[in-house]
Amino acid sequence: MHITLNGSPRDCATATTVAQLLQDAGYGARRVAVEVNREIVPRSLHTSHELADGDQVEIVHAIGGG
Amino acid sequence: MNTKTFDTADPLVIAGKSYGSRLLTGTGKYKDFDETRRATQAAGADIVTLAIRRVNIGQDASQPNLLDALPPEEFTLLPNTAGCYNAVDAVRTCKLARELLDGHKLVKLEVLGDQRTLFPDVVETLKAAETLVADGFDVMVYTSDDPILAKRLEEIGCVAVMPLAAPIGSGLGIQNRYNLLEIIENAKVPIIVDAGVGTASDAAIAMELGCDGVLMNTAIAGAKDPVLMAHAMKLAIEAGRAAFKAGRIPRKRFASASSPIDGTIG
Repeated sequence: MHITLNGSPRDCATATTVAQLLQDAGYGARRVAVEVNREIVPRSLHTSHELADGDQVEIVHAIGGG
Repeated sequence: MNTKTFDTADPLVIAGKSYGSRLLTGTGKYKDFDETRRATQAAGADIVTLAIRRVNIGQDASQPNLLDALPPEEFTLLPNTAGCYNAVDAVRTCKLARELLDGHKLVKLEVLGDQRTLFPDVVETLKAAETLVADGFDVMVYTSDDPILAKRLEEIGCVAVMPLAAPIGSGLGIQNRYNLLEIIENAKVPIIVDAGVGTASDAAIAMELGCDGVLMNTAIAGAKDPVLMAHAMKLAIEAGRAAFKAGRIPRKRFASASSPIDGTIG
């Protein structure tokens, strides 16, 4: 299936969970926040929340800023 | 906590929490995280801002992270909404920050109006502030130096109002001290100058006017020696605060001798 991850198209297996996506993208152990279709997916739901075709996913972190 | 003196007699209190330092610092524009940390420590800052951005998918995710350099256990992190030009994006960013930082409620709201001036869009700022306060956030809000608007933001329930001294990153210093005075004198929440400071004397002036604190980034990070400038800013904030509390002498047009006239020879 196709999702959009941080604005770019990405292929992933059907029913991929948020936790699996984070793992695949290299962010499994990092402090990040995840939004799917503009709704926050809390960390406690990362292993159970399955992505669907066409989902818009955002993964964000903290960087320097003023 | 940092190994610095906590001024228990004169803390900065924001949303019921006391802070020893009245200098709040940004974490942008530094050479690397080591410099960020050394400058932040030299400033003695308790509250540090950070930005929320997309991770770079495809790049090495094991690179050091800002939160490794400035751990949440050591500093009060203040996620900002920098780069947001409308209330919807700003609220979304705050919710992401709250999730990222495990339920953290304190945020710096800034909704910008245009890219040239980076002046706040006050209409969108008011909208976002109302939504965020209703959602339980503790909102420290960046705004213009308009006294009426500052009062409105306080009435909405913002925990600190942060007027600009001059445009973000301009280093022009305090441009309208009478507006700032008006804001300070009417406020029941901390007033923190956010943006526009260029050097230590600017920070001291803000504090002498009675501001509760100053938030700055570029003035430190953009200096030739950011760590030394951070130290200078710490001293300026402390000096300005002490001078404000001491109460300055009135300005007079003519001289007034320091030594007694009685007993002069001749």
